[in-house]
Amino acid sequence: MACRASRNLHGAVTGGQHALATVAPVMTTSVSPVITLDRATRMFGATRALDAVSATVHPGQFVAIIGRSGAGKTTLLRCLSRATSLSAGAIRFGDTDVAGLGGRTLREHRACVGMIYQQFNLVRRLRVIDNVLIGRLARLSGWARWAALARRFDAIDVEAALRCLDHVGLLERVWQRTDTLSGGEQQRVAIAKILAQDPRVILGDEPVASLDVLNGRLVMDTLCRIARAAGLTVVATLHHVDYARAYADRIFGLRAGRIVFNGAPSELDDARLFEIFGEVPQSLPVADVDVLARTA
Amino acid sequence: MATLGLALVFGAAARVIELRPLELLHDAGNIGVFLRGYLHPSFAHLSEYAWQCVITVCIALWGTLLGAGIAVPLGLLGARNLAPHPVVYFAARRLMDLLRAVNEFVFALMFVTAVGLGPFAGMLALGIHTGGVLGKLLSETIESIDPGQVEGVAAVGAGRLHVISFGVVPQVMPNFLSYILLRFESDIRSASVIGMVGGGGIGFYLWDTIRAFNDREAATVILLIVLMVMAVDVVSSRIRRLAI
Ligand SMILES: Nc1ncnc2c1ncn2[C@@H]1O[C@H](COP(=O)(O)OP(=O)(O)O)[C@@H](O)[C@H]1O
Ligand SMILES: [Mg+2]
Repeated sequence: MACRASRNLHGAVTGGQHALATVAPVMTTSVSPVITLDRATRMFGATRALDAVSATVHPGQFVAIIGRSGAGKTTLLRCLSRATSLSAGAIRFGDTDVAGLGGRTLREHRACVGMIYQQFNLVRRLRVIDNVLIGRLARLSGWARWAALARRFDAIDVEAALRCLDHVGLLERVWQRTDTLSGGEQQRVAIAKILAQDPRVILGDEPVASLDVLNGRLVMDTLCRIARAAGLTVVATLHHVDYARAYADRIFGLRAGRIVFNGAPSELDDARLFEIFGEVPQSLPVADVDVLARTA
Repeated sequence: MATLGLALVFGAAARVIELRPLELLHDAGNIGVFLRGYLHPSFAHLSEYAWQCVITVCIALWGTLLGAGIAVPLGLLGARNLAPHPVVYFAARRLMDLLRAVNEFVFALMFVTAVGLGPFAGMLALGIHTGGVLGKLLSETIESIDPGQVEGVAAVGAGRLHVISFGVVPQVMPNFLSYILLRFESDIRSASVIGMVGGGGIGFYLWDTIRAFNDREAATVILLIVLMVMAVDVVSSRIRRLAI
């Protein structure tokens, strides 16, 4: 799957704060591929972590995956990013079956998929700017590739990284060591890294589970703003149903590896929640729900 | 029961090594004669010995550098989480075991026959043995790093070398540097005696003066070695504290 689309996420999103409003309408034709899950199954020994999951994610959608701990959410995301592979069934990005990827084509697939993790997964001892520049690694060619081995980058890549950091509001942290930042700031660095990577799909595994609700909201707002501006697909597991309701266009409910709900947030009533979780899950504290309700 | 077993083992070992503590008392007079010489070091050849100490430090410097150079590829290939294939992992591990198992003096004897007497043979011997030790330490450090940080680099589609440079190196560098410095301290001690088997440096003079019962000269040599080792330890531990 080639990433060279007629679109540049930088141009769209990092061209300065004011450019955003004028750029966004241009980005109506999305370049994200349709993601198809066709009876996707993943076994761990005798455990069916994913059990014949079939679903479609349309370009530009924000899909939230909810379910109890152990329901298979992480496994589903790892299969999408091809960090692990299916035991049976298929996952397709556009026309490409991800099972057939390997070596160079697998790296190209990963370059097209931006990942956000619960534990941020930034290199803690590197400076903030270096972590953002990691996002550029797969795009380098010729000399720049070799120079990057010594962590040297062309001015043009550094400028791009700086714009990405500006976009998540962390320009004053550029030269700090990453582990000196707070959790919310680190997750925004991870978003800046994805901006630098310029992917076609963003996958998030509990991107806000380690954050308090104010930081969680800031991270989700940033993520949504970027994804909307470029028409990018986002698939994220979200621990709290309230987050899913506030941000998602569509919600997948997983239970014991099976997809038991696939619908709009408005369809998610108590009966459906009971079906997914086996109980009606606790809501966030009222004050936190208010914080989320104030989002766009 | 265990105590009895241990006592038996040590008792048998004492027979084997002909442990006779009483002879120490018996020979106390002899030892006194030796000591008298050692208490009056001779400074007649001081400048020559000092130069040999400089050579010794140089052997240790290059030996440690060679060891670190050998350790990097072996350590990367011998780390379970980075090795491209289990066979490569196994081969790298066994090679490091071999380099560590063979004492640097044995290597020195081999290199002396191969490249001739002198500091170059000693340096090679130290470097090869140190490569095995540092390689093992490096591969174990690599195996204990946070896999999440590595995954964060690999997930952008970066190639294997980039993943190592960004995801692995920053995590292992502080430990690896301090292992190298610790190893340098130990290489200085080895280099100071490797001359006994023809590996160059002050060790030859140590051997020569002791064998010739030249107590006053031997005392000077030992004094210089002690001073050199102490100085290197102080400097090296200073740097280690800076690095961490
Ligand atoms: N690497 C693995 N080895 C064995 N079992 C695993 C592995 N990863 C996940 N599982 C199992 O698969 C199931 C789903 O796990 P996971 O996808 O992590 O759930 P979730 O993210 O929804 O909490 C669990 O039963 C878990 O124990
Ligand atoms: Mg999980």
